[in-house]
Amino acid sequence: METYTLIILLLAATIRVATPLLLAALAGMFSERSGVIALGLEGMMLGAAFASAAVAAVSGSAWLGLGAGIATGMALALLLAFACVTHRGNQVVAGMALNIMVAGLGPALALAWFDLGGQTPQLEGHGQRFLAITWPWAAAADKVPFPGRLYSQLLSGHNLIVYLAAVLVPLSAWVLYRTRFGLRLRAVGENPSAVDTAGISVTRLRYQAVMISGVLCGVAGTYLSTAASAGFVRDMTAGKGYLALAALIFGKWKPYPTLGACLLFAFTDALATRLQGVDLPLVGVIPVQFILALPYVLTVLLLAGFVGTAVPPSAIGVPYAKEK
Amino acid sequence: MISSRLLAVLLVSLSAVTLTPAADFKPAIVYDFGGKFDRSFNQSASVGAEKFKKDTGIPFREFEITNAAQREQIMAQLAKRGSSIIVAVGFTQASAVERVARQFPEVKFTIIDAVVDLPNVQSINFREQESSFLCGMAAALASKTGKVGFIGGMDIPLIRKFALGYVEGAKYVNPNVEVFQNMTGTTPAAWGDPTKGAELAKSQFGRGADVVFHAAGATGIGVMQAAQDAGLLSIGCDSNQDYLHPGSVLTSAVKRVDVAVYKAFQDAKAGTWKSGQLVLGLAEDGVDYSYDEYNRTVLTPAMKRRLDQARADIVSGKLKVSEYKAQ
Repeated sequence: METYTLIILLLAATIRVATPLLLAALAGMFSERSGVIALGLEGMMLGAAFASAAVAAVSGSAWLGLGAGIATGMALALLLAFACVTHRGNQVVAGMALNIMVAGLGPALALAWFDLGGQTPQLEGHGQRFLAITWPWAAAADKVPFPGRLYSQLLSGHNLIVYLAAVLVPLSAWVLYRTRFGLRLRAVGENPSAVDTAGISVTRLRYQAVMISGVLCGVAGTYLSTAASAGFVRDMTAGKGYLALAALIFGKWKPYPTLGACLLFAFTDALATRLQGVDLPLVGVIPVQFILALPYVLTVLLLAGFVGTAVPPSAIGVPYAKEK
Repeated sequence: MISSRLLAVLLVSLSAVTLTPAADFKPAIVYDFGGKFDRSFNQSASVGAEKFKKDTGIPFREFEITNAAQREQIMAQLAKRGSSIIVAVGFTQASAVERVARQFPEVKFTIIDAVVDLPNVQSINFREQESSFLCGMAAALASKTGKVGFIGGMDIPLIRKFALGYVEGAKYVNPNVEVFQNMTGTTPAAWGDPTKGAELAKSQFGRGADVVFHAAGATGIGVMQAAQDAGLLSIGCDSNQDYLHPGSVLTSAVKRVDVAVYKAFQDAKAGTWKSGQLVLGLAEDGVDYSYDEYNRTVLTPAMKRRLDQARADIVSGKLKVSEYKAQ
């Protein structure tokens, strides 16, 4: 009984931790499938986290915050696309430059506007943040262990963005595999000159793809600063953009396997949180350092042993130059 | 002709300056990672420096470390530019202080939370275990489930010291209390990850804890937020953090870094500054638990009586709190 509740809580934590990863990984999927390396995920997320926290604090509305987060994500994506697509710049360098720029710019602007040492003001519960939504009859269902508690603790009680992220996975799969835009997007990442020969603009498609990734990163950043916590703090993405990129590769650039990879990473993270200081049978208490390294060790093992070869889109990282 | 007259005027004014010691006194302070607005440890140091400025009218130089390579550079620069005393906040500054203090034997250094054994360095440490003990007592007294939590920042002896005092305090009140302990990480990034802090707090709440104490700098902001969101209690650290979530913060383990900084500046100005080690605990008002209008609703008079009794016993030596020793 006790174990059953613990497992449900562990899975609920997995969902919370996976949400920003999943959004960023889907963002990366659109960008990379079009042939643009998505190293700027971290920066776009961080910029959006700052913008949404700042706007939510000033306006008092989480929805305006979300809007500002998405707008900032798109603006940064536009900048990235301008450097990588229009000017055919090195995509790795441009992505890293974006990350470094935002890492400095966010706290600097926060310091100038709010004078709180690079943080935004603490957001209040009602209206300024996306809070947990309790599904109907959750309280009643909680009394029935199975499947009631599964419903009340695991499915109910997350915030809006978590549910949004869950919906975005099938939606992304549908866009990618069932629409004309998706077909062209995949083609432009594999063989841009063929797309060009068919009379479709490579530049336009890649801009669209990078902008979509900006929107998704905007949502991810908003999740971090207005839903998971209550305000922007320096470097609050803490490498999640890079981890999302790893999940994307792990998921072989496909929506559902990527979801699986994000859930796995999040699960190890949630597990690591709960294993600390717990006296396990046979092994005893595992040192903190080992537990904290566990998600990374697991990642390396899985990437090395179980995934098989992950083949990236063939035109990734190659700027497309129309023949003269 | 004109230039020599000018020079004479300059010389006179210069000597006038040297005659008034107040204008000659140049204090400086170097903050650690987290920055001076972390609402916790560094901010407390900043409050002390600001108070000195307000009381004496003497400005001070300050610097916020953002990467490890800056420490020695900035300290050497401050020393070269004629600072009278440099206060280094945080244990990570120890090696930089040691090297720079050797180079500039005439400059006074005060380091907080570490020991540097040099004739021109004053080392100020706190008995954090004593305030943590009181907070552990408060947690166990306030807990309805008999389970309380601790969330540390970086896994270092200093934070283990907090944890040990907390556990002892909780067990002093309720020998059967269960204490969950989590560390956020093993790098300085662990001081600034509120999302992780909130997740750790939620995991402890999931296991039944209803009071959680953080010693994690800015990461603690997330811990306290999670407690507020869940309608449970948290305990603040270093600065008095009761005001952050009135009614949800049970108390704070206050560490008077502000007093230490203020005193170092004042002593250096008055010429009574002495090098060597200084350890401040409950008896010296270096650490304490907080009680104000923000936590009056949650920290009941009955709890306060027990805490004050234990406080008096620790001060008188009747009650011993063990100190964490790193192996």
